[in-house]
Amino acid sequence: MKTNTPKTTTRAVRCSAALAVGGLLLTACGSSGGSGSGQEGTASFEGRGPISYVAGKDTTGTVQPTIDRWNKLHPKEKVTFIQLPTDADAQRQQMIQNAETKADAYTVLSLDVVWTSEFAAHQWIDKLPEQQFRLSKMLRPAVETAKYRGGLYAVPASSDGGMLYYRTDLLKKAGISEPPATWAQMTADCAKVTKPAEAKGMSCYAGQFQKYEGLTVNFSEAVNSAGGTVTDASGKPDVDTPEAKKGLDFLVGSVKDGTIPKEAITYQEEDGRQAFQSGKLLFLRNWPYVYALAAKSGIAGKYAVAPLPGLNGPGSSSRGGHNMAVSSYAKNKATALDFIKFMTSEETTATFLKDASLAPPYASLYDDPTLIKQYPYLPVLKQSILHAVPRPRVVQYGDVTSAVQQEAYAALTGTKSSAQALKDLQQDLQKSTAQ
Amino acid sequence: MAKTEIPPEAVIDDDRTRPRSTPVKRARRARRQSGATAGSGRMAALLVSPTLLVLSIVVLYPTLMALNESLYGPKGLDPKTGFISPTEPFVGLKNYADIFGAAADRFWNAFWNTTFFAVVTVGLETVIGVAMALIMHKAFRGRALVRAGILVPWAVPTAISGLLWRWIFNSDGIANALIGHQVLWTTEGFHAKVAVIVAEVWKTAPFIGLLVLAGLQVIPKEVYEAARIDGSGALRQFWHITLPLVKPALLVAMLFRCMDALRMFDLPYILIGAQKNSVETLSMLAQNEASNVRFGPASAYAVLLFLYVFLVALAFVRLLGADLVGDGDGRPKNGRRWRMPLARRTEVTA
Repeated sequence: MKTNTPKTTTRAVRCSAALAVGGLLLTACGSSGGSGSGQEGTASFEGRGPISYVAGKDTTGTVQPTIDRWNKLHPKEKVTFIQLPTDADAQRQQMIQNAETKADAYTVLSLDVVWTSEFAAHQWIDKLPEQQFRLSKMLRPAVETAKYRGGLYAVPASSDGGMLYYRTDLLKKAGISEPPATWAQMTADCAKVTKPAEAKGMSCYAGQFQKYEGLTVNFSEAVNSAGGTVTDASGKPDVDTPEAKKGLDFLVGSVKDGTIPKEAITYQEEDGRQAFQSGKLLFLRNWPYVYALAAKSGIAGKYAVAPLPGLNGPGSSSRGGHNMAVSSYAKNKATALDFIKFMTSEETTATFLKDASLAPPYASLYDDPTLIKQYPYLPVLKQSILHAVPRPRVVQYGDVTSAVQQEAYAALTGTKSSAQALKDLQQDLQKSTAQ
Repeated sequence: MAKTEIPPEAVIDDDRTRPRSTPVKRARRARRQSGATAGSGRMAALLVSPTLLVLSIVVLYPTLMALNESLYGPKGLDPKTGFISPTEPFVGLKNYADIFGAAADRFWNAFWNTTFFAVVTVGLETVIGVAMALIMHKAFRGRALVRAGILVPWAVPTAISGLLWRWIFNSDGIANALIGHQVLWTTEGFHAKVAVIVAEVWKTAPFIGLLVLAGLQVIPKEVYEAARIDGSGALRQFWHITLPLVKPALLVAMLFRCMDALRMFDLPYILIGAQKNSVETLSMLAQNEASNVRFGPASAYAVLLFLYVFLVALAFVRLLGADLVGDGDGRPKNGRRWRMPLARRTEVTA
């Protein structure tokens, strides 16, 4: 089916060549090659038998039991769980390496929502038969992340949105009953709260501002929440606007005046969570996973979640989550398709919600009263996901995110003015989305 | 079977043990010897050829393939189908032109970072490593424990030590607690460079210590005794005996460290993070290109790095006379049997 040019056969060698010469510790490898089967329509999903499921490390311990359940029901179509590192970049690199060597080791891939375009454009994943999945029951924005040029290349398995965690006890003490809806309200609340003795040494707000993917998320949220865009609906960059500047100015100004503590520019998700749990932060922007963990910490019962604040009202979150796709080079694709249906079923995603506080793609689960009782953040999360703005959906996402990180970080650390940073970012983005 | 009673050595030795031989016999022997040399030469070639074959497969071929790969550009996106084209276009030297043209700022920044790290870390490691070796060499109670202790950092994988030091250099970490002042080590700036250097020196000074210790142990005691009788002090002994005598081992250790430091990747990547201008090295540039599925430009960076490392190694061998092969006095100083290309041995004065 696929023709191997001589170039393809030497791919592994060439790859190791680059590594040997540079002496690098790379995991991503590959090169050109003729994968030119040009799947115009949907690939055929044939063959049954053992397959593998590849995802990041399962920190919650809920994935393996679910797979065991499948294996019990399908002894002849056993699924092996291959765990990749926690770090998303490392996951992406290993999956790319597998695809570039056309290995059939990986069957079902758990992709971060922003990778769909890249994997689909390289034809590393197969186009899926849309009508076989219950997409209409899922949240529309989540389904959108699984599409490339109108075709379905993955199925949403979990969705994610940023939320504002806040300390209910301290706000109450300061006589504030409602969580802030705007940035101005948030800073005003901070000014009131930081007066009493027990709030001494507390900082107001933090997100994820280290130079990594989290910064892209936080920057996009700030820009979107001020009414700006990073890329417009057609994927063209449009970030050098007054609205975007207001968003970035909020972050830069907050770092300058101490609303965001100085050390927050070294924060990733976990650093911020720890600061919030140890009572150093009044407000924290983070993902739903924090909710379950904070409940076991010293601030149990003293916090709640609200939608992210914005410039003139509630802001918008960046969309996160994972989608499941079938590797183009895998065997037993019929089993793979069934396994994806099983993993993305309402029943399975409900278990993931209960055991790992992973946000499900199904709308109905967010409205289930018993679940809401157990997870009071569900309505907030649903709003967050529905109003979430996707990060740029481009093939060269790697270049786009590093350009965003470069400029946003320069502005946050004060080496560039926010106007200059946005101007440079617009130029960089135009270059990397030009092709 | 009875003929084998004569030991083979006796037959071979027969010619040599004869004190005087006629010119004819000598000529015949010479002929026989030259014949034997040619034969053993063939034999040597035969015996070495598997090694050469393996070397050309694992070293030469990949190097040439990387050179070739660096002449190809990234695959393009077909706007009609939305798919990435299956082949890479041949672009000649464009990747190199881009590195020195459009991406020159980033390249030279990485180049200077790489060089700075190599010079500073190897310099510090040499001083600290020699000190460690001297301590490990001293006979005292619990020496084995000290030796083991000194070697622990070297045994820790770099990626793990990167994580370890990131924890130490955290905004609430031990480093800040010790200096009583909050430095955000993992942000941009000179302090990020300092963090990398501290972690790197901690990790690899023991390596130099280990090699120098091996050098120290072959220095005969008599030399020191003689020096003591001549009335020279400890410092003088170190400067005029120890240092010159461990120089060959020290130079080899420094060369290895230099080559390692020039390819530094994991420590700045894990400790400080990707795409931090203040600590970005050449290896990180290549990795960055490769992770964005642009293997041509990645190979171009790797080739440039290879040339740089090669030149530095060459300079070590030619200018400083690092004895890599260890045939200076017929006694190998280390087990490695590989020879740097063009490495004509210059005199290492002991």
